[in-house]
Amino acid sequence: MIRIENLHKSYPIGKDSLHVLKGLNLHIKEGEFVSIMGSSGSGKSTLLNIVGLLDTHDEGKYYLNGQLIENLNEKKAAVLRNKFLGFVFQSFNLISYKTALENVALPLYYKGVARKERLEIALEYLDKVGLKEWANHLPNELSGGQKQRVAIARALVTKPKVVLADEPTGALDSTTTDSVMDLLKEINDEGMTVFVITHEEEVAAQTNRVVRLKDGVIISDELTQVETKTAKAI
Amino acid sequence: MFDLDRWREIFQSISKNKLRSILSGFTVAFAILLFTLLFGIGNGLQNTFKNEFAKDAINSIYIWPNSTTKAYKGHQIGRRIQFTNDDFNFLKEKYSDKIQMISPRLQRSVKVVYKTEEDNYTLRGVYPKYDILESAEVTEGRFLNIRDIKEKSKVVVIGRMVEKDLFGQISAYGKQLNIGGIMYKVIGVFSDPGGDGDERFIYTPFSTMQQIYGNNDHVDEFGMTYNPELSIDEAIAFSSQMHRELKKKHEIDPNDQRGIRVHNYASENKEVTGMMVGLSILILIIGFGTLIAGVVGISNIMVYIVKERTKELGIRKAIGATPGAIVSMIMLEAILITAISGYFGLILGVGILEVTGPSLEKYFILNPGVSTPVVVGATITLILAGMIAGYLPAKRAAQIKPIVALRAD
Repeated sequence: MIRIENLHKSYPIGKDSLHVLKGLNLHIKEGEFVSIMGSSGSGKSTLLNIVGLLDTHDEGKYYLNGQLIENLNEKKAAVLRNKFLGFVFQSFNLISYKTALENVALPLYYKGVARKERLEIALEYLDKVGLKEWANHLPNELSGGQKQRVAIARALVTKPKVVLADEPTGALDSTTTDSVMDLLKEINDEGMTVFVITHEEEVAAQTNRVVRLKDGVIISDELTQVETKTAKAI
Repeated sequence: MFDLDRWREIFQSISKNKLRSILSGFTVAFAILLFTLLFGIGNGLQNTFKNEFAKDAINSIYIWPNSTTKAYKGHQIGRRIQFTNDDFNFLKEKYSDKIQMISPRLQRSVKVVYKTEEDNYTLRGVYPKYDILESAEVTEGRFLNIRDIKEKSKVVVIGRMVEKDLFGQISAYGKQLNIGGIMYKVIGVFSDPGGDGDERFIYTPFSTMQQIYGNNDHVDEFGMTYNPELSIDEAIAFSSQMHRELKKKHEIDPNDQRGIRVHNYASENKEVTGMMVGLSILILIIGFGTLIAGVVGISNIMVYIVKERTKELGIRKAIGATPGAIVSMIMLEAILITAISGYFGLILGVGILEVTGPSLEKYFILNPGVSTPVVVGATITLILAGMIAGYLPAKRAAQIKPIVALRAD
């Protein structure tokens, strides 16, 4: 699903440049539940931005769903994002003047789905994250956990290939963290590839595969106990 | 192509962000309001000027004789010059291409009687089309025609005030009027923007008058309008030339300024036209200044709006909005707001002019108002400005990488 070969990324800082990603190789197959672990500055957010087509890489190759990503203009990137990727952000990033339902329906608007249909689909996904009753509430009337659920529903509504979550629990307390992680796990169980970035061990422990990043290089890439357990169960 | 969904999205964005929308709308409405008011008042000033001048045709020339002040070719000082029909024919033929209409004139003060009412009025013997010269407008019946001249008909066209004085409420048209002991038929009534004085004249065919008063070929004076195709300078040159020729014909010293007098409205017209042009330029500058102020205002607000929305735009891009969708959304919002508030400002401005207009007459502002094309033009300018003002920041916003936009707080 996601294949990265010798990926490099630098950010210019004045006359110098900061080499953030130093030749990453990563292959994530369809249906995996992967977390990228690393302290701040390790390059994990940069990696997610590149994977999410929110940013471009300098060197190396990136295949998304078998398609080589290169010379992407904004328009193509937007279409690919809309088609393949769903985003969940640490700060939720809901549009404040839109209701939960409208927020969830927005990606479908950009996909060109008719209003009635997209509201129906959006409601379905809100129901899935357990927030059907909150459909007509504005984001500031929702709790942090609820906001993140809305964001997850929004990420799923276009039926993407991959859900990218950037510190999805960073702004949540431990109880809500667990419920959000359970939700992501549930999604993964349905076959969705989920790609989580975090610096919390507990969060990473709930995923099936943990990739540790330090100073722009992958220092370890291993399956977790959960994965082994499931594997055994199978 | 009307995309209901897109408009719904835009309406929501406008109505859910009221303060922002009102702020930008206010700038535009205020600019259009000021534009309308200033332009209207400027037009009012122009109307006053035009009105002052409309008393007589603006291309009129009057020529009348006087007494010489210089001896010339054996003639004594103080010789009284008398125009005759010969002068009339001379002018008419020599300058046929430069004269729009020309009429000789005889003028007498006469006693006019209708039944029990009587008063003294000025009777003028003139040619047809003399009404053009006076800017008089026949409100009932007709003015003199060439048949009246040929047949020396005893007919008159009377001013509105004559009718009012002698006939009261009833119409004078078709009635017989005793003028200096002779009965004339009233064939028309006129009004004259020159005022009550000009509306107390009575016009009769020149030939009739010449026959009854004097029975000779004397002419008191000439009135004419020059060909409107002549420029003001050409018209002034024309009247000087005519002046010279007439002096030569009557053997008056070319340097004698008094023997024959010529009054050409073109010279006055020149001054007033200059003033009007100045006024128009002033109005234009004021108008454009206001518009530019409005444009700058809306541009600033658009920059602010886009800045404020950077994060929202980033979210939209992250979930699949193309740069084109972002640009068109912001621009359509800008256009909608400028159009609606521009219209609002216009209605307000026109309303204010309408209400205060009558009370402004004492400040030399007559019928202040703006013509629809001007206002529509101004509104379109502002909409275009809103588009351009919206386009640049929208374009920039659409180019910001979503990741940068999302980081902005």
